[in-house]
Amino acid sequence: MTKQPFRIPGAGRLTPAKTARFTFDGKHFSGLAGDTLASALLANGVHLTGRSFKYHRPRGILSAGAEEPNALVTIERDSARKTPNVRATVQDLYDGLVASSQNRWPSLSFDVGAVNNIASPMFSAGFYYKTFMWPKSAWAKLYEPKIRAAAGLGVSPDQPDPDHYGSRYAHCEVLVIGGGVAGLAAALAAAESGVRVILADEQSEFGGALRYESGARIDGQSGWDWAQATAARLAAMPNVRLLPRTTAFGYYAQNFVGLVERVTEHLARPDKSLPRERLWQVRAGRVVIAAGAIERHMVFADNDRPGIMLASAARSYLNHHGVAVGRNVGVYTANDSAYHAAIDLKKAGVAIAAIVDLRDNPSGPVVEEARSLGIEVNHGRAVVKVGGTLRVSSMTIEAKGGGARRTVPVDALLMSAGWTPSVHMFSQSRGKVAFDEASHRFLPGTYAQDCISVGACNGTDGLEATLAEGFEAGKEAARAANGVNTKSPPPLTPPRKGEGGTSVSDPPSPLRGGVRDGGIAGRSPSVDSSESWSGGMLGSGPGAGAETTVKAFVDFQNDVTAKDIRQAVREGMRSIEHVKRFTTNGMATDQGKTSNMHGLAIAAETLGKPIPAVGLTTFRAPYTPVTFGSIVGHASGPLFDPTRRTPIHPWSERQGAVFEDVGQWKRAWYYPRAGEDMHAAVNRECVTVRKSAGLFDASTLGKIEVVGPDAAKFMELLYTNPWEKLDPGRCRYGIMLREDGFIYDDGVVGRLASDRFHVTTTTGGAARVMNMMEDYLQTEFPHLNVWLTSISEQWAVIAVQGPNSRKIIEPLIEGIDISDDAFPHMSVREGKICGVPTRLFRMSFTGDRGFEVNVPADYGEAVWEALWEEGRKHGACAYGTEAMHVLRAEKGYIIVGQDTDGTVTPADASVDWAIGKKKKDFVGIRGLQRPDLVASGRKQLVGLKTKDAKLVLEEGAQIVADPKQAIPMKMIGHVTSSYWSENCGRSIALALVVDGKSRMGETIYIPMPDRTIEAEITGMVFYDPKGDRLNG
Amino acid sequence: MLLIRCPYCEEERPELEFRHAGEAHVVRSGELASISDEDFEKFFFIRSNPKGVVFERWRHIHGCARFFNAARSTITDRFYLTYKAGEPKPEVDFSAIDTGPAAWANREPAEPNVAAGAEPGKSD
Amino acid sequence: MAKAATPIAALRRPAVSGRETMATGVRIAVLPPAERISLRAPAGSIGALSQALGLDLPTKPKTSSAKGGRSALWLGPDEWLVIDQTAGDPLADCASVKALHSAAGVSHRNVAFSVSGPAAEATISAGCPQDLSLAAFPVGACSRTILGKIEIVVLRIGEDSFRVECWRSFSDYAWTFLAEAARDAGV
Repeated sequence: MTKQPFRIPGAGRLTPAKTARFTFDGKHFSGLAGDTLASALLANGVHLTGRSFKYHRPRGILSAGAEEPNALVTIERDSARKTPNVRATVQDLYDGLVASSQNRWPSLSFDVGAVNNIASPMFSAGFYYKTFMWPKSAWAKLYEPKIRAAAGLGVSPDQPDPDHYGSRYAHCEVLVIGGGVAGLAAALAAAESGVRVILADEQSEFGGALRYESGARIDGQSGWDWAQATAARLAAMPNVRLLPRTTAFGYYAQNFVGLVERVTEHLARPDKSLPRERLWQVRAGRVVIAAGAIERHMVFADNDRPGIMLASAARSYLNHHGVAVGRNVGVYTANDSAYHAAIDLKKAGVAIAAIVDLRDNPSGPVVEEARSLGIEVNHGRAVVKVGGTLRVSSMTIEAKGGGARRTVPVDALLMSAGWTPSVHMFSQSRGKVAFDEASHRFLPGTYAQDCISVGACNGTDGLEATLAEGFEAGKEAARAANGVNTKSPPPLTPPRKGEGGTSVSDPPSPLRGGVRDGGIAGRSPSVDSSESWSGGMLGSGPGAGAETTVKAFVDFQNDVTAKDIRQAVREGMRSIEHVKRFTTNGMATDQGKTSNMHGLAIAAETLGKPIPAVGLTTFRAPYTPVTFGSIVGHASGPLFDPTRRTPIHPWSERQGAVFEDVGQWKRAWYYPRAGEDMHAAVNRECVTVRKSAGLFDASTLGKIEVVGPDAAKFMELLYTNPWEKLDPGRCRYGIMLREDGFIYDDGVVGRLASDRFHVTTTTGGAARVMNMMEDYLQTEFPHLNVWLTSISEQWAVIAVQGPNSRKIIEPLIEGIDISDDAFPHMSVREGKICGVPTRLFRMSFTGDRGFEVNVPADYGEAVWEALWEEGRKHGACAYGTEAMHVLRAEKGYIIVGQDTDGTVTPADASVDWAIGKKKKDFVGIRGLQRPDLVASGRKQLVGLKTKDAKLVLEEGAQIVADPKQAIPMKMIGHVTSSYWSENCGRSIALALVVDGKSRMGETIYIPMPDRTIEAEITGMVFYDPKGDRLNG
Repeated sequence: MLLIRCPYCEEERPELEFRHAGEAHVVRSGELASISDEDFEKFFFIRSNPKGVVFERWRHIHGCARFFNAARSTITDRFYLTYKAGEPKPEVDFSAIDTGPAAWANREPAEPNVAAGAEPGKSD
Repeated sequence: MAKAATPIAALRRPAVSGRETMATGVRIAVLPPAERISLRAPAGSIGALSQALGLDLPTKPKTSSAKGGRSALWLGPDEWLVIDQTAGDPLADCASVKALHSAAGVSHRNVAFSVSGPAAEATISAGCPQDLSLAAFPVGACSRTILGKIEIVVLRIGEDSFRVECWRSFSDYAWTFLAEAARDAGV
């Protein structure tokens, strides 16, 4: 079990003593600390790791990085922590890791779904669109579930995510994306100037290609050692934040870049306090993109067999992890870099069966070195066939023009068609790529933001040039940050295009050959050797041409073959965007990192157009998949949305109140006593208020203090009512319209002094009313000397309502004469209650005598308790929002937002008495004159009494005049409020009905599923129509 | 998330602090009560909704709480300038300003997203 | 009439009162009640109000002034949040000022938190999109801004120390957010 047959003693950088055990599909293995899951599997000789998406073909590990399309596994920590679709190539191994393969049944090596491979002619390009068109009804029930079950990725966890996630906004002058040679050099050069630098790399260690570039030497050290030393140096600098295991996944406007850091995914037993992942939202002065390049595979028949992999990946597994991907390895290439892999393997004692080079006359030092090591090099030849299904067993070589075939046994086959510069982040920044004819690569062209691409992603070749370019970019970024303020360009300056480009075209500063200065400020490190990223081919190789039926895969993850692309063109797709959607090439979770260029080249060839004329598909965020958890961050559980509670909430909670959500507020809905259901509690509360008194927590009401010499003028403009003549100490019910004439909000307004109003709004309207008031004040009436302050939360509000209300407050009030003469209905006074300051309103939302006691919020609960003690002496109760609704409906008082819906005028709601008839201007004055608002046939608010007094209508129910008419019936209105009124001994309702006010006494009908209910149109006041009880 | 320069705070602030508030320079008549239906329609219902530079109102609601005006491109989302409420609409020929590459989502379907004739890494 | 049997302070029940938590590099504590006014005034009144309040009202964006336990925070071009942590009464101080202004008492509207320690900035940066580095947000800087899903006022009172204020009903959210962010700030 601990034996790792493909681990080569002495090779790689891992420590043999540090083993880590893991399981894959239930089988126990062991690897080493520092392994990825992929390298550990390979060390144990396991290549087969998954089944493909559509055809269920056996698949192995293709790459050693984020581009991996095949080796997607599920990592399971416990039943709630199952992460599907993890790329084994980026999952760090930890002791106890449990992984399983996906998309196979019953097992990875025998998968029933593989019948799709045999039936594959059915599944060619566009098959979803063609095959499952008819019958339409079968799509949801039959086709989609079947397709989803058969074609799929891993299974989502079915339990709530127990992990938590961090988030951080970060700001820096220079963000470096990618910690390879170029990125490290850029970060170092920028950091040495003292500016804030963030360096992010998706791998667990910095170094990029230095991980496998065995010959690289920088400043006299091995490339890898230089990278580690440089990272350590950066880590020690206070102005630098190093973020390993961190992927820059999205590049947004104004250099806003999303990074996701995997904090615990590599840990065997993560500390519970650590977030699983952390989202970094970075705003950077300049972004240095050093994303490197991604090796392409060769497109040939059955190129997806396990054991066939990218040459650089094999090299990485050897030089970093000390793992040989096979014992007898073949190589198929169209460029130099695969030779390096062959040479490294050969030197490590692995047999190289042969190098097959598609180029006619490969030459140069690496080719010579390969030959001198005794490796067979076949040039002008192609691999046209491979043996083996669950693992490659042979490769068949044929000359490019055809001819004799030779089959060579192999147990692994390395391939390299060249390197694709990783322009994803550049493209996401809205930069435009340009096609470089010489190297057949898309490279950064026109820059849209303040960023710069350096190194392989910029098409820069060779270690020396890459280092120099990165270093120069870092220095330049720091210069820009220290000089002009790059974050705040003066307004009206034309956007600076291609700043990055400028510094690219500047010649890199000449390297100081032989000066081993260790990268002291201002000097780039020196380089002894380097490899090339250029060269290679695009498109399919021989044997995968237009006339064949072989499966030569372009996109491994979505099972798209060269043939599919050609078929898409044949069937009329011309734009690469259409080819992409028809074939799904590049649409898998890997976003075509290995496949896009091949797909494009094949489409271009089939279309007979040059590649740039066909265009490149759009790169979109995220670069690699991002978990929902990291996007949600802290915003789950109690932080999903703020829960607002009133100062009196604790008392209500202790009383066993049931709460309802009103926006973000929790409001006491009703206060049930032992044995009471909601109905009983609400009936009791309603009766008690009218018989004695009740206490109601109205603290959520919006409150705005309007202060200034022009306060009354301002109120005149914002409300329909007249305010100038309202005496200080008096209140008025105010209506606020929108400019279109419809009711926007309402509330009681108290005038505290000639220049000071205490305005109340609805609970839900508090913020928007304040916003609208500020809007008019700042932009339409800025000449007025008046200021607005939200005081909603300064004051707790206790409504004391009912015939005994005065008796209840009287013993607690100081300094206010609350007799009816001195303090009539609709008055306001400032004084004290229980020794604390109060703004005491005499007002009523029940129709009974009432007061609203405003006290500073922190005193709310204690004052409530004092009032409660007084109230108990008189048999008062606490009542909740439900009773409040019933009591106000008994009096026909409207609730904006319930009885109005944004299309109701004051006249419609019979509150047009609140419009100042002599006023010359107020918001909505012109809207009220609109033809539609003064025409007949408007829906008007009326009362409804059901013929059967016991029946309570449903709110929202539609109303018709004639129940016998044919369906669809003509609806003339709807019920807006409906309750059982214990005080009236019957049900009551409010409704908006066409011409309702002229239909008094008429019978209308409310058709319900089980019956039709009859009701009579009445006035809106059901209780105490004369209003005597206000002073009762 | 955009950065928006608040003319009152005199610096760029994150978009989260702001709220959009509709088109700017829509004049509310001092004699609103007596304007014609047609004029009211223009005032209340009709908005320019241009492709290109739009003058609009924003409020730094979670900052200094001031309303202000901005000229922004509806194609690129780029803010050209911001200025205080009440200041006159600036006379600027925005067509003279290169708006830069549009969001790819907004490009014509036929327009390839590859810079025509541009040399890699050598843009000016 | 009423008899003031209970001292007024005993009736006060501040929100999230007394809460305190420590995490690596940061301590978060709910601060005791303070007197506060929301002060609004045109430029011409600043002198008179400054005199009445006993400190210079700042006129530069994102700045504050402080004197003897009283601070004035610039929130907008005509808006200040005045916080008095001693026994002073800024509302009363302004009452005598004849110059144009509006002073509204908001002592109970706001709840204040202290966020202090080397990881204080990182804690707030978990939910605040502004650059809170010393260069961009030096000691004395203040701003109304965002924390997660709520609005806050943040004032830097020291290199490693902030005062965060929010409205009363959001204080539980602010507390929970800061406490959770603190756990992850010491990196």
